[in-house]
Amino acid sequence: MVRTFAAIDVGSYELAMKIFTFSGKNKMQEVDHIRHRLDLGTETYSSGKLSCEKVEELCRILNEYAGIMRSYKVDAYKAYGTSAIREMENRDIVLEQIAQRTGIEIDVISNSEQRYLDYKSVALRGTEFDKILEKGTLFVDVGGGSIQLSLFDKGTLTTTQNLRLGVLRLAERLHHINARPSKLKKVLSEINDAQLSVYKKIYLKDREIQNIILVDDYLSRWMEAQKGNIGNAGYVTKDGYGAFMDYLSSRSEAEIGVGLGISEENVRLLFISAVLVQCILKMTEAETIWIPGVTLCDGIAYEYAQEQKMVISEHDFEKDILDCALNISKRYMGSRKRAATLESLTMKIFDVTKKLHGLGKRERLYLRLAAILHDCGKYISMVSLGECSYQIIMATEIIGLSHMEREMIANIVRFNHEEFLYFEELSRSSSLDKQAYLTVAKLTAILRIANGLDRSHKQKFKDVKAVLKETELVLTVDTGEDITLEKGLFEDRATFFEEVFNVKPVIRQKRNL
Amino acid sequence: MGDTKKDYRNPAYYANREMSWILFNHRVLSEARDKNIPLFERLKFLSITASNLDEFFMIRIAALKDMVNAGYTKTDIAGLTAGEQLKELNARIHEMVELQYSTYNRSLIPLLESHGLHVIKKHEQLSKADGAFIDSYFEDNVYPVLTPMAVDSSRPFPLIRNKSLNLGALVTKKEGEGELEFATVQVPSVLPRVVELPSEPGNRRIILLEEIIERNIHKLFLNYDIICVHPFRIMRNADLTIDEDEAADLLKEIEKQIKKRQWGEAIRLEVEAGIDKRLLKFLREELSIHQESIYTIDGPLDLTFLMKMYGLEGFEDLKTPVHVPQPVPELPAGTDIFEAVRKGDILLHHPYQTFTPVVEFIRQAAKDENVLAIKQTLYRVSGNSPIISALAQAAENGKQVSVLVELKARFDEENNIVWARMLEKAGCHVIYGLVGLKTHSKITLVVRREEDGIRRYVHLGTGNYNDATAKLYTDIGLFTCSDAIGEDATAVFNMLSGYSEPLHWNRLALAPLWLKDRFLYLIDRERRNAAEGREAHIIAKMNSLCDPDVIAALYEAGSAGVKIELIIRGICCLKVGIPGVSENITVRSIVGNFLEHSRIFYFENGGCPEVYCSSADWMPRNLERRVEILFPVEQEELKAKLLHILQSQLRDTVKAHLLTKDGTYEKVDRRGKESYHSQEAFCLEAAELAEECKEEENRRVFIPERHHE
Repeated sequence: MVRTFAAIDVGSYELAMKIFTFSGKNKMQEVDHIRHRLDLGTETYSSGKLSCEKVEELCRILNEYAGIMRSYKVDAYKAYGTSAIREMENRDIVLEQIAQRTGIEIDVISNSEQRYLDYKSVALRGTEFDKILEKGTLFVDVGGGSIQLSLFDKGTLTTTQNLRLGVLRLAERLHHINARPSKLKKVLSEINDAQLSVYKKIYLKDREIQNIILVDDYLSRWMEAQKGNIGNAGYVTKDGYGAFMDYLSSRSEAEIGVGLGISEENVRLLFISAVLVQCILKMTEAETIWIPGVTLCDGIAYEYAQEQKMVISEHDFEKDILDCALNISKRYMGSRKRAATLESLTMKIFDVTKKLHGLGKRERLYLRLAAILHDCGKYISMVSLGECSYQIIMATEIIGLSHMEREMIANIVRFNHEEFLYFEELSRSSSLDKQAYLTVAKLTAILRIANGLDRSHKQKFKDVKAVLKETELVLTVDTGEDITLEKGLFEDRATFFEEVFNVKPVIRQKRNL
Repeated sequence: MGDTKKDYRNPAYYANREMSWILFNHRVLSEARDKNIPLFERLKFLSITASNLDEFFMIRIAALKDMVNAGYTKTDIAGLTAGEQLKELNARIHEMVELQYSTYNRSLIPLLESHGLHVIKKHEQLSKADGAFIDSYFEDNVYPVLTPMAVDSSRPFPLIRNKSLNLGALVTKKEGEGELEFATVQVPSVLPRVVELPSEPGNRRIILLEEIIERNIHKLFLNYDIICVHPFRIMRNADLTIDEDEAADLLKEIEKQIKKRQWGEAIRLEVEAGIDKRLLKFLREELSIHQESIYTIDGPLDLTFLMKMYGLEGFEDLKTPVHVPQPVPELPAGTDIFEAVRKGDILLHHPYQTFTPVVEFIRQAAKDENVLAIKQTLYRVSGNSPIISALAQAAENGKQVSVLVELKARFDEENNIVWARMLEKAGCHVIYGLVGLKTHSKITLVVRREEDGIRRYVHLGTGNYNDATAKLYTDIGLFTCSDAIGEDATAVFNMLSGYSEPLHWNRLALAPLWLKDRFLYLIDRERRNAAEGREAHIIAKMNSLCDPDVIAALYEAGSAGVKIELIIRGICCLKVGIPGVSENITVRSIVGNFLEHSRIFYFENGGCPEVYCSSADWMPRNLERRVEILFPVEQEELKAKLLHILQSQLRDTVKAHLLTKDGTYEKVDRRGKESYHSQEAFCLEAAELAEECKEEENRRVFIPERHHE
């Protein structure tokens, strides 16, 4: 059966829609790509609001898009608003207006979600992606406001950082500096290098980077234009890129526009993008750039396809998220050993209490992440461990998690150490809804008993067996060690579990002599 | 060598486009003078030269006059100012008109006479009985639609409509003091110009409407004495230039312009030879027209009536038998076109092959429940177009139908507005052209939902979606459902709907943004190949060549050793045989029964030939101010077909004229060559192809229906 899907990207400078069809597993076809230039960013970035005219135009185009969707008889659509919508003060009012007038509901996504979709659409290229990752790779996602640098080492995602070096932001700054065209490249490089050198010092260190994966709006277009002219579609070598830079530097904007078939105003942005990539290339000394040419719409479609189980990914996204968490823990000197114990304990308990909590795979991941990150705050203060952990998690981007998911994990870690806040109190300082709050409560309860089992941090409970009886959760430890400490303090930990699930956790020691 | 590129721009290397057009019309006229052509066909060609000339006046002469009036001094491609061109053209056009009428009077009329068709030149020559017939014809049919107008101090000079034929008379009041007054009446265009008198077979007689009115003119001005009566005709400046940025509503603006067109400055006055001097002086003053713009005609004004004469019943032996467009073997009547196209691309060669599948394509799409959308560009549409009704039907069936109707199609605006409104009523999404650009591309996209996803069927053509002209114009059409072209076609319509350009194009090249560069690239690639000693060859067929950039590129490529063979029906500003510049370039023009209209481009590409078709000529207006499409034909057997078309035309020894070093055209020297008439050959080939398939069909065994899921 064929399914048709529309992905709409309400971007800061462009309103784009792609139509896809899915037929059978992994058969995805892009049918249409419609773009309309609409500058929402300038207004919301400066005033936090959108003028009536802009809303009007947005509605007009969305109505046309709705018409196009009808003509393709789409089965489903997803519309995402990015930073321009995100940064609107009266966002909810405007979105409701748009929904009423066009029937299109726009969801707002956070930076990390947006980056994740970009990342996902590249990762879903499958083997090609995984092959590149065998060597040290920097995934560079160039946006209008900022760029995202995600570092892969031996196939694992080690860190992802957001730098405010977006193409439009740079264009804006250059406009203020008012540099002469001949100086442009130098000024740009200086701005970029200042930030990139910090990045290199803290994150890149001596890692050897072979490849750069580039997602952007401008160079991708150049790449597409080159299709067929260079051997390997989407790949440029360091030298090839150097030649391209020479080409850009030695020609007028008008000439470049004609040569590459793009409008003159885009030539400036292409140039900024190109210089930025050159700086990154210089910093990393990478040999190859891969420009797969994906857009946010592709990511939206992949996400939909995954939800519908129409695309089977060869890439393990969960592993990326876990890798990322492990790296955060490592950076803040968390104990790997203890985290591993906690991880295995929580997972055991989670799995046997499925009937009690009714949570799924994704929530299981939250719990794992909370276990890994449970002690990161101690790097700053051993006393306010909970609060500091919470702050660190909230301030660190983890690609693949939405803002809300991150907040949930931060809270689980916090309540592992601090007094639990009930919904009324919690919602004063948090954006979590009731559903999320309940998940936090359940996962906190599990983390707390797991934590209680390893009170002494000596991993005495390595081989625990958990069995759910009618009113009890029986945790049987097979250890010859003394567990007085754990047993003594367990009571306190267990009360919250009992409160949440109405099941009492008890410890039994089995001595295997 | 130095700056050789600049040299190729030397105005001395270029021909003026208007002069080149005059030569084209002479080639058409030479068909009217060709004794080997059936008599009635010659009438038709003469008629065509007349209507061509009318259009030339209204557009080109008018534009040149505008330039002179505006004090525009820039020179053209050949280094001439507008004033210089007008001066030269005036002499040439007078020569041409003389040749037209000597052809009419000395060759055609006597021949018609000898074949039993007598044209009564003057009503005074009518017999009494014929006179009575004519008078009653006048009373019954003509009189009711006439609007006679007299001019005196209280009544100003009336508006004389552009291109209309009129009778001008000098009259005096019966009771008055003999003062001369001017009176005029338009020869109504709603009535047939040619009236046949009752006659016996073998001796048929006709008379023209203006003679009938002239004979009865006294009945129109009862209180006057008629001093003299003479036909006259004027041509006005009609170039439609609209400032599109200012026109808030393009549609209304064009409607206004159509009405205004009648009012333009008079740029030509045609009068009968022997016109009364006082009448001529009066007209000249009232119309404020220069002496050199007055044409004294020895014969009936406005020879386009010959087309009507062609339509007279009988005389079939004096006409070329009508060619019946042949069925396309891949698309026999009743086929499922989508299924046929899925098997492979299909090339259509009109008018040798029928245009019906194109209409059928849209009809089937309109009815097919799996079709989601139909998108099409329409430039010139025939009256009662079956395509329009199919599109309307599709919209009523709930398909998304988007149609770009080009209102700026010259002289067709009125027609197009009517269709556009009708489509809108049926629920189609109609785009009324693009601001500042004419949409000349011919493309249709059908989006269909199929088992394995969405499939796009595309028709691309070199000619308009006009089932009437498709019987007369030679054009190429391509059906394909290739993904690459389908994607591009979708992008074309997104652009036409006002959305951003696509990130990249797969196969198509579009004017005004990319096409010229594409052509220049393709020409230059041949140049590079030639320079590197590889085989390099360009064959290009089009209607007109006058883009200076393209010509310079051709000169450069030719000098580098590329063999360039051009088949250009009309205007050609390129000169052949210039030492060191264009010795490798040949230009031929084919003027035949069918109007050569297809644009086909062959590039040798170092042994991997590429063949393209396009809606565009190599003219600045096509490459810079219009939306045009260039599409490749990629299947080997279809490429071979196109190459065959080009080669056949290069072989033509009957209808081909060669451009010579001195800028004139000469018929191919046939000595030692077999006679080869490419258009006729194509007719035969199409018939044979259709016949073969019919035989195959007859041989066919029964195919039992199989069990369906």
